[in-house]
Amino acid sequence: MAGRRRGAGPPFAPARLGLPRWLWLPALLGGAFVLLPLVAMVVRIHWSDFPALITSQASIQALLLSLRTAVASMVLCVVFGVPMAVVLARTEFRGQSIVRSLVLLPLVLPPVVSGMALLYTFGRRGLLGHTLDVLGLSVSFTTAAVVMAQTFVALPFLVISLEGALRSAGRRYDVVAATLGARPTTVFRRVTLPLVLPGLLSGAVLAFARCLGEFGATITFAGSLQGTTRTMPIQIYLSNASSDPDSAVALAMVLVVVAVLVIGLARQGRSAV
Amino acid sequence: MSAVPDTGAVSDPPAHLPYLHVQAVVPERDVNLRLDVAAGETVAILGPNGAGKSTLLAVLAGLIRSEGANGSPGVVLGGRTLDGVPPHARGVALLAQEPLLFPHLSALENVAFSPRARGVRRPQARAQARRYLEAVGVAELGRRKPAQLSGGQAQRVAIARALAAQPQLLLLDEPMAALDVAVTPALRQTLRNVLTDQTALIVTHEVLDALLLADRVVVIDRGRIVEDGPTHQVLTTPRSTFAAQLAGLNLVAGTWDGEAVRAAAGLRVAGLVEPDERLATGDQVAALFRPSAVSIFTEAPGGSPRNHVEVTVADLEPLGDRVRVRARNDRPGADDSEREAAGGVPLAADVTPAAVAELGLVPGSRVTFAVKATEVSVYPTTGTFKRPTTQNQAASDR
Repeated sequence: MAGRRRGAGPPFAPARLGLPRWLWLPALLGGAFVLLPLVAMVVRIHWSDFPALITSQASIQALLLSLRTAVASMVLCVVFGVPMAVVLARTEFRGQSIVRSLVLLPLVLPPVVSGMALLYTFGRRGLLGHTLDVLGLSVSFTTAAVVMAQTFVALPFLVISLEGALRSAGRRYDVVAATLGARPTTVFRRVTLPLVLPGLLSGAVLAFARCLGEFGATITFAGSLQGTTRTMPIQIYLSNASSDPDSAVALAMVLVVVAVLVIGLARQGRSAV
Repeated sequence: MSAVPDTGAVSDPPAHLPYLHVQAVVPERDVNLRLDVAAGETVAILGPNGAGKSTLLAVLAGLIRSEGANGSPGVVLGGRTLDGVPPHARGVALLAQEPLLFPHLSALENVAFSPRARGVRRPQARAQARRYLEAVGVAELGRRKPAQLSGGQAQRVAIARALAAQPQLLLLDEPMAALDVAVTPALRQTLRNVLTDQTALIVTHEVLDALLLADRVVVIDRGRIVEDGPTHQVLTTPRSTFAAQLAGLNLVAGTWDGEAVRAAAGLRVAGLVEPDERLATGDQVAALFRPSAVSIFTEAPGGSPRNHVEVTVADLEPLGDRVRVRARNDRPGADDSEREAAGGVPLAADVTPAAVAELGLVPGSRVTFAVKATEVSVYPTTGTFKRPTTQNQAASDR
């Protein structure tokens, strides 16, 4: 959909309109600022030790844990985030703007604070901790806690991107579908969702990427148990701090490659829609 | 029903209720419309912008809430009260100016959407869709996505999609307004075919739509119905200025003074009273005459039996080998509000381009319009703007 008009541009190249030349300087500086640290990291890597460093048990456990929990969190974000976005975009109620701000709060909250908030809610001494204990559920310092922490911080990314897509899609197609005899569920499944699929995909990718990089909320709420809650970013941080920077930088490189792959796949998926 | 296959048979409503009865009361838009429509009837809804036409359609489709008057039902369709019934359960399909085909579905899937939504299995739904696409003349375009269709093709698919919903009532909101003029005649013919037995309301600005598609014309102005009658009757003896303008006729409404129609701003028009009509002094009447019967003079013709009125030329429009001169009978220099207060009547005259040049007509020219009394027909308008339309009448009007 987004790609439909691609190639049907005006007969002249829009670039010939020209940009203000001074624009190039800050643009190039900004680009260098983003890229140079990556180059520095690549330079720093000891390529001879690289295979051994990234195939150590701790590394592989951390990578697999990160991928597993990020996928699970992304699924949870979709399951809860899609209905949230639809309610925010398609209904009007009193205090809606306040609700929206609160839902998006984790976006601006320091992740450590998010982790503390989760701890005070679901931790053993938290608001729901006792109830969970009685039910035989203890989540803090488990893999489930990792997924919860990641979902908490990544959910707003999906909600905000999908809500925007829903708003720009408008309700006109929904109205047509309804007058053609489609029940609200049918309209949602066959018209509303397909129309915002690109927005949903990019929201899900954003959420996944955010989950993969999650550190502060996870280490605060879930701790750092190898194989259970020690995700890639935590492993990297610990290695770097514990005088094993070679291993840290190698793992960081792996994380960069995974992130680039995800973004590339998502782009391909989008243009195919 | 020859052109469209498989339209759901609708059980006859109770005899005392019309097939469609609507009382649309929307106070916040100052709309209060009451309309009865017979089964199979096609009604053209005409009126100036903002008159309440789209509000009427939205009420019928269930998109905006309307209160019936005094607790009586707002919308009754086929014996079923639709108040509070959500849009998907009303059996009312809406075709808008833009086709609004679902962009992610092929043309065929778009048309099959409604049968699928009703629970028809995919192969049967597709077979139905193919028949409807055929009925609107685009059978070969089923596999295309909406982005690969021209505007006219897309609107045809949208018509097929609306018909595939087998609606008890089809609403068309200026279905050809957004299309290239080159494709509208063929599309109008298609609509004429598929609307034959379909109960439908069509909002339009085109007199041709009313003539070719509708059995009956309803004129809405400022949220009220000002005229309602068989198409040919409304267009040949209009009661409202809007309908007269649409029909390309001059209408002067006023009171009968025993010899002529006396309108506001000192305008007085003598004419031939329609046979069968008996007029009493003080009756509300209309004087109707064709623009081609109007002559233009730069000075008032003295001692002539013609009706004449001083006017200000508003604009000139080429019309085939003629030029239509539009004017108002107002005092020079009057502003809009004064004109309104004086009841300035819009009048039109059709003259040759040579006459325009000879008279030196430009917008703003002060001239005299004259028309022979024998060219003017006079008929009463009181109490008759709402003519009862039986289905038989409607059928014979086609």
